[in-house]
Amino acid sequence: MTEARIFITTLLFGLLCSSILRSAQAVALADGFTINGRVKIPSAVAGAKGFGLLGKISDVKVILNGGQRATFLRPDGYFSFHDVPAGTHLIEVAALGYFFSPIRVDVSARNPGKVQAALTENRRALKELVLEPLREEQYYEIREPFSIMSIVKSPMGLMVGFMLIVVFLMPKLMENMDPEEMRRAQEEMRSQGVPSLANFLPGATRN
Amino acid sequence: MPTPIISLPLSLSLRTQIRQFSASQEIEGARSPPQAMAARVLSFYLLLFLSIAQLGVSLYEDQVGLMDWHQRYIGKVKHAVFHTQRSGRKRVMVSTEQNVIASLDLRHGDIFWRRVLGANDSVDGIELAFGKYVISLSSAGGTLRAWNLPDGQMVWETSLQGSKPSKAFLLVPTNLKVDKDNLVLAFGGGCLVAVSSIDGEMLWKKDFAAESLEVQQVVQSPGSDVIYVLGFVGSTQFDIYQINGKNGEVIHHETSNYAGGFSRNTLIVSDDVLVALDVTGSILITVNFQGGKVRIDDKPISDLVGYYSGQVELLALRLGRMFALKAHQHIALISVTNEGKLEVAEKVNSAAAISDALPFSEGQLAVARVHHEDNKVQLTVKLGNDWSTNLLDETVKIDGQRGLVQKVFINNYIRTDRSHGFRALVVMEDHSLLLVQQGEIVWTREDGLASVLDVTTTELPVEKDGVSVSKVEQNLFDWLKGHVLKLKGTLMLATPDDMVAIQAMRLKSSEKSKMTRDHNGFRKLLIVLTQARKLYALHTGDGRIIWSLLIGSLRKSDACGHPVGLRVYPWQVPHHHAMDENPSVLVVGRCQLSQDAPGILSFVDAYTGSEIESSGPVHDVLQVIPLPFTDSTEQRLHLLIDTKQRGHLYPRSREALGIFQQKSSNIYWYSIETGNGIIRGYAIKGSCIHEDSDDFCFEPRDLWSVVFPGESEKIISMATPKLNEVVHTQAKVMVEQDLMYKYISKNLLFVATASPKASHGIGSATPEEASLVVYLIDTVTGRVFYRMTHQGCQAPVHAVFSENWVIYHYFNLRAHRYEMSVIEIYDQSRADNKDVLKLVVGKHNLTVPTSSYSRPEIVAKSQSYFFTHSVKAITVTLTAKGITSKQMLIGTIGDQVLALDKRYLDPRRSLNPSQAEKEEGVIPLTDSLPVIPQSYLTHALKVEGLRDVITVPAKLESTTLVFAYGVDLFFTRLAPSRTYDSLTEDFSYALLLLTIVALVAAIVVTWIWSERKELQEKWR
Repeated sequence: MTEARIFITTLLFGLLCSSILRSAQAVALADGFTINGRVKIPSAVAGAKGFGLLGKISDVKVILNGGQRATFLRPDGYFSFHDVPAGTHLIEVAALGYFFSPIRVDVSARNPGKVQAALTENRRALKELVLEPLREEQYYEIREPFSIMSIVKSPMGLMVGFMLIVVFLMPKLMENMDPEEMRRAQEEMRSQGVPSLANFLPGATRN
Repeated sequence: MPTPIISLPLSLSLRTQIRQFSASQEIEGARSPPQAMAARVLSFYLLLFLSIAQLGVSLYEDQVGLMDWHQRYIGKVKHAVFHTQRSGRKRVMVSTEQNVIASLDLRHGDIFWRRVLGANDSVDGIELAFGKYVISLSSAGGTLRAWNLPDGQMVWETSLQGSKPSKAFLLVPTNLKVDKDNLVLAFGGGCLVAVSSIDGEMLWKKDFAAESLEVQQVVQSPGSDVIYVLGFVGSTQFDIYQINGKNGEVIHHETSNYAGGFSRNTLIVSDDVLVALDVTGSILITVNFQGGKVRIDDKPISDLVGYYSGQVELLALRLGRMFALKAHQHIALISVTNEGKLEVAEKVNSAAAISDALPFSEGQLAVARVHHEDNKVQLTVKLGNDWSTNLLDETVKIDGQRGLVQKVFINNYIRTDRSHGFRALVVMEDHSLLLVQQGEIVWTREDGLASVLDVTTTELPVEKDGVSVSKVEQNLFDWLKGHVLKLKGTLMLATPDDMVAIQAMRLKSSEKSKMTRDHNGFRKLLIVLTQARKLYALHTGDGRIIWSLLIGSLRKSDACGHPVGLRVYPWQVPHHHAMDENPSVLVVGRCQLSQDAPGILSFVDAYTGSEIESSGPVHDVLQVIPLPFTDSTEQRLHLLIDTKQRGHLYPRSREALGIFQQKSSNIYWYSIETGNGIIRGYAIKGSCIHEDSDDFCFEPRDLWSVVFPGESEKIISMATPKLNEVVHTQAKVMVEQDLMYKYISKNLLFVATASPKASHGIGSATPEEASLVVYLIDTVTGRVFYRMTHQGCQAPVHAVFSENWVIYHYFNLRAHRYEMSVIEIYDQSRADNKDVLKLVVGKHNLTVPTSSYSRPEIVAKSQSYFFTHSVKAITVTLTAKGITSKQMLIGTIGDQVLALDKRYLDPRRSLNPSQAEKEEGVIPLTDSLPVIPQSYLTHALKVEGLRDVITVPAKLESTTLVFAYGVDLFFTRLAPSRTYDSLTEDFSYALLLLTIVALVAAIVVTWIWSERKELQEKWR
């Protein structure tokens, strides 16, 4: 299991980092332009935390303008949209386990070959169309490891705790009481005539 | 494991009391300080509790599969290519009508990998290339992609920009090489393109559209590099090009004419004969182009097949020296002799399916033919060269609910005795996929479920005395053992083996998949209508199919050429006779896709899955309005509106008519003409006056119309409140003990319009020319309550309407981000009911029934927030009593379902909420809505090709059932404010028992102690 994961990680690392960066470019064609870009999942993020478990690079989908077109990544992480008209477009990356900001891409008709890109989430401009996840997404709550405190905090734990306090702490308190007061209390108790634990407890709490 | 859920009515009633209390307190004005104080303290704790409980829903990893299930499908298979080399895994590559390319395990039918292409990216063909790639051509020949065979990684992608729409072909020649590089040929957009198989680089391109040639076929000449391109210029000229496959140069070009004219239905037979029909469709033309020489012959079809009527069709099959002609409910298999003569080899019923020819040994071809005989399916594999020889003849029993065979693909294998065996992949009428081998069905895939059209739910049967439940109940010892195991798990004492046992025990829990109704209402039947006109009942517990029905009245017939299913409605929901009557559903269909086609109605028993009754073809159906009345048999009255806006009442009984006529003055409906930008309101005028009308038909009366200016506004989206939604409280307590009355009406309609340029996708409009206008319209009076313009915003708009609010999602071009806005509406005319005096004197108007005609004063509050993702569907949670707070369920572009608390979309959110607001749970203002990964309902799963999300209330107030469908199905249950009214499933009963035992033991011990101590005291 772990071995397999390490293998995938190294493979990805190789795939992602060994390739040469091509800059973002738009190539003018008959009536449309081509948007070339690259999705890069840093190896630090893709590291031990199980990229292999959540999704693979082959599952990553790149979506233009909210679903007009969708494409997939090549093994080196590159993608392209062909025949895109000039204008301002939106590119989204759907990758399980990662949060990508949508990207605003301006394809200019006046100076072909120029693409301006910016992350819409934080308005950061991109020099090249290299898309990196903003953060990793953890879909599950982490189960907290077992601790005594969680048991103590549970309703049952509180019940037991309260009982222990009453049983062990109260007699101590009684001992520290003024002997006269103690006697009075005992007399009172005797006058009630039922010397039992049952009325001992409320008697103690009353103090 | 039976987990008796102890419901805690205390917390529930506490909550409701507080709500009602604080509301009523305002109304009565009884400001006794301690009471108010108590209420505030209580509500504070309640909110504290809620805020501790987080605003999302979240799941631990080991809880996956406890409440949810996920089913993966591919859709109706269009093409299939087998990959069965000697060693390694045997697989079959398929492409489907849902734009899926998948690799399936041939042994079990599981999915190895699957890629769901974009919605407009339909697959034209797939081929296997060089044993390592799957090549796919999609978007009408626009995109060529290569996929890695083992894992489905896309290797390269090439865009073929043609100049003109045309047919699309994919050709992977066997031995066409340029510098050791194999070529892939693709034809699309009028261009023939050769692409390198290594990196998808375009090697040469030949444009035929420029020569106004309509290419019909592209074939490789066997054993050479020559590619034949065949096509028509105009309707009478036939052109043939011979092209050098290595460089795209034209070697030879020849034209010839046929005076009768060609129709566009052509077929290639045996590499050098093209078969076509003439314009009238009655003459068969054979074009022999052997060696580049063209010879045209023709023959009337009636000479071949005898008398026939209706359309003739050439089936797109490659059968060696044969072709298949479909005429008059028969398929004629016609062979072409070497001399070019046509001979009918066999005539079979048109319910048969024929496979492509499969070469299997030394130039021999095998062709499979599947046809129906009684309840069985006959699979015959014949020798293509000699039609009288049967290679295989098997009878397979296939469930009658799968309908007819639609497609068959064959593959051969060598048996242990060195003879040839054949396996067949069969696509059925219900879109299911079967693998047949040696007369047995090896596996079945229910891929009809990839194209769900509509969903409704019904309750399961009530547990009866006769029904044996003992099988699922375990004995006490097992129960205890299970809980001890669980306890070990919580105390971290369990061994790995124990952990596995615990997980298996939880997942297997027979409680959730029982076939009877449960107290919490978690177990239901999902009745699902698919594109294949098949109805399925799925159990919400584990997603298994309880029954399925290919609706008989929705099948192809002479009266009904291309029937389609539309919607499914609950028809009869028995409450009084729940023990002995079954609920039923109404399926509405149409004869054709067009709106004015005759309608078909079918009534199906929801427990047995049998059709009770059907009617049709009847009048056309534009709209179905379930009315809030039921007759004595608890059948719901439905009003079906046709294209002339006439209403047709169902069920057709005197009693229903009586009920309807009594209420008919209060029935209103509206129609939205999206194209014209008009919304019209109607009421019932009286019985129909046209001839052949019956008593159940009603004429409409025009009431009102709202006309949008066509040049500046186009209707792009609308939303209405759900009819079955329950609203718990009419008033909302604001800060400082202020009170607002919600304006709650089921007759509200939300409409969004956009300027024509902004009504298309993103990227086509600039902020200056885009604007979005939203309206709230009363559908009884046509009154526009509210109108708001969003400048610089555009489609697509997704909206959801609930209680007194609408939330809608749209694109803001200025910020270039998506936004979500909320509009909440309040009724100002009831606002002065806070006055004590008025209440005491009885001058309040709270008991006055609200009417749409009363012209209430509406106050709307609105606010907008940024939202990161594109949205495919948006809905809201529904609960039984409407007490639980609401969550939005958002189907994102990444095919996940995100839950977002309604409190994030509160128009009262401000930058610095006051103390009172904070107490009430108003979240400080942020410009964008948070996307919390833990609140993805689908956790680490994807509902590929997501289309819609529906919610159904459970009986337990805190819980709602969620069903998301697309190519995949996903079901889960969700408690928006946590399950405050029941114990969670992982509640440790063992720990409770242990505590009680410990307490009892402690009591006994201390008792003994105290007795002893007393005795000592007495002795002293």
